[in-house]
Amino acid sequence: MAEASRNPRVGLFVTCLVDMFRPQVGFATVKLLEQAGCTVEVPEAQTCCGQPAFNSGDRETTREIARQTIAAFDGFEYVVGPSGSCIGMLHYYPDLFEQNDPWHARAQDLKSRAHEITSFLVDVIGFEQIAASFNHKITYHDSCSGLRQLGVKQQPRKLLSNVDSLELEEMEEAETCCGFGGTFCVKYPDISNRMVSNKTEFAAATDADTLVGGDLGCLLNMAGKLKREGRNIEARHVVEILANMTQEPAIGEQAYDLGKPA
Amino acid sequence: MDIKSPSFKENSKIALHDANLQKALGNLKAGFPTKRAAAVARMPEFEELRDEGRDLKNHILENLDIYLEQFESKVVENGGHVHWCRTSDDARQTILDICQEVGAKTVTKGKSMVSEEINLNEYLEENGIEPVETDLGEYILQLRQDHPSHIIAPAIHLNLEDVSEAFHEHHNRPKSDDPAVLMQEAREMLRKKFVAADVGITGANFFVAETGSTIIVTNEGNGDLTQTLPKTHIVITSIEKVVPTLEDMTLFLRLLARSATGQEFTVYNTLSTGPRRPGDQDGPENFHVVLVDNGRSDMVGTELQDMLRCIRCSACMNHCPVYGAVGGHSYGWVYPGPMGSVLTPQMIGIENAGLLPNASTFCGKCESVCPVRIPLPKLMRHWRENEFEKHLSPAATRWGIKGWGFFAKRPTLYRQLAKTSNWFMRTMAGDKGKITKLPLAGGWTDWRDMPAPSGKTFMQQWKNGTRPVAEKQENAE
Repeated sequence: MAEASRNPRVGLFVTCLVDMFRPQVGFATVKLLEQAGCTVEVPEAQTCCGQPAFNSGDRETTREIARQTIAAFDGFEYVVGPSGSCIGMLHYYPDLFEQNDPWHARAQDLKSRAHEITSFLVDVIGFEQIAASFNHKITYHDSCSGLRQLGVKQQPRKLLSNVDSLELEEMEEAETCCGFGGTFCVKYPDISNRMVSNKTEFAAATDADTLVGGDLGCLLNMAGKLKREGRNIEARHVVEILANMTQEPAIGEQAYDLGKPA
Repeated sequence: MDIKSPSFKENSKIALHDANLQKALGNLKAGFPTKRAAAVARMPEFEELRDEGRDLKNHILENLDIYLEQFESKVVENGGHVHWCRTSDDARQTILDICQEVGAKTVTKGKSMVSEEINLNEYLEENGIEPVETDLGEYILQLRQDHPSHIIAPAIHLNLEDVSEAFHEHHNRPKSDDPAVLMQEAREMLRKKFVAADVGITGANFFVAETGSTIIVTNEGNGDLTQTLPKTHIVITSIEKVVPTLEDMTLFLRLLARSATGQEFTVYNTLSTGPRRPGDQDGPENFHVVLVDNGRSDMVGTELQDMLRCIRCSACMNHCPVYGAVGGHSYGWVYPGPMGSVLTPQMIGIENAGLLPNASTFCGKCESVCPVRIPLPKLMRHWRENEFEKHLSPAATRWGIKGWGFFAKRPTLYRQLAKTSNWFMRTMAGDKGKITKLPLAGGWTDWRDMPAPSGKTFMQQWKNGTRPVAEKQENAE
């Protein structure tokens, strides 16, 4: 475990999908961080990690967004986000700048402070006293960047094992890509569809009623497919369960009390 | 081989609806990833071996010229010949010249992807020489006038019925669907060809600078007969396959067999060191090595140099969910899967092959199994950047990214855009919680629903200090 101050000041990297589609994932992350003793702030100057530009080959736009993100999170002891993919992108920032560019060192510094939420709780700050209950059988999808770039595998499982009444049944090929891939899913829709169909098939082969993961992109993809196929499996971000914030409907389920869209 | 990479999307659409192909691809997982995983599990030092493989390959690539020249002088010392071929055309012509010099009518061939790369079979046929593929998979493909869809299991896209059909048609024998009978049939047919061939052409998995040897690894033994029976043996291989010593070679043999088929060691590991010496029982009278460059030396010293570490094990494609969905032919040229998506643009041009490096979710599985740790996603991204810089990316992609980037670089405007999109989608969804058809996102909603935003944006709620969900929960506790 890295040495951490007792009440570290943490900058929340919201991620665009959480901001846009599922704000409670952001609030659940804040709640967990606060339970772990952190002081959480949300820098106004953040937007997106830049991954769409990075993976589309637009290095210049990526660099500009990276500089903006680096500056936005200056001074925080840690930068934490509910996504292995977006935090993984922050970890690519040093590659965007030449060694002698001052931004390279700043990017390196950000990288050393940036963590995916479950890995932050378990590996960095050592917080595992989860106060939550979820009376469901779940299965867990390991999102690619978190798994292979950041080594997120046991951390969410460790935390979930402390949730009351929750049972985890692993599905086959939990580590295989769901076919989201950012712009991939709209550039190659047929292939993406095959990949997500395989995924929902594997999830349905378990007795789980909830599919859980740590990245909203993958979850939107899988939830959308589960809904379209009419399967009886709901999808949730892992932090909703860990923060005991599951009274709201799962991803893509109806009956939101939205009031008037404003 | 015709270049069909520009129609990758159409190719893959057809492939996804080809029931026979899908059935054949269904065998991939049990055939490769499962066996590899077991082999790796039996070898605790496998990860260290991968590091060694990467480092040694890097060393070789830094000293490529030295090892290649050392190899050449050893081959000459042993009584053989080395031919340096910068292009596919050079290589084809060189091989034809050698064949014509010895008056060859038929040549037997061991499996060689480099020969596919230079379109050798067609060229020999056009010039009146009959090439006979002797690897079982390649033999089946040749009967069907087909091409490999995989670099080590060339006929993986076929099922037993396809083979049975092809043999029945070409062998003039009763139709059988018994693999043992089919195998026997192929042996009988090929045996005559082995004996009659004037020239034997094989590839090389590696070649060794210190001894001037080339090596092929096979599981059928066809390569041995191809290279020892005819009077002339031609080895066609590419420059990056040189290794300094025999001992270095063994490191790669250990990595290769485990990564490819999950074997501890391939069944036949056959070295060729020059022509038959006085007193030798067998072996060819003439020994030629055709060294193909075909764009490889241009990769040295660039970001793409890492790709030259490739030992052609196929682990990347065996584990790739895209390859597993669409098969090798969809990629439209010789090398499929992640390694092909990096190599093909180099060999046929990014303007022809741009769709390949884009056809990846960057899931990273390929890199995680590569025996020499090639950063395949990074190299695919390199091609995307190259494409973007050359303005070859589709206009929709370019403008989409630039337009989105305009907002992403301006937090206040970005907030506005997020807020508006969020409102728009919630309005579209009404109380259904999902959207079944979303403008400009047909690629998504044709196949799956779009979950609706579950409330106002996080930033709106955070700024208002409402923290609604969290507070509700706190109260409930």
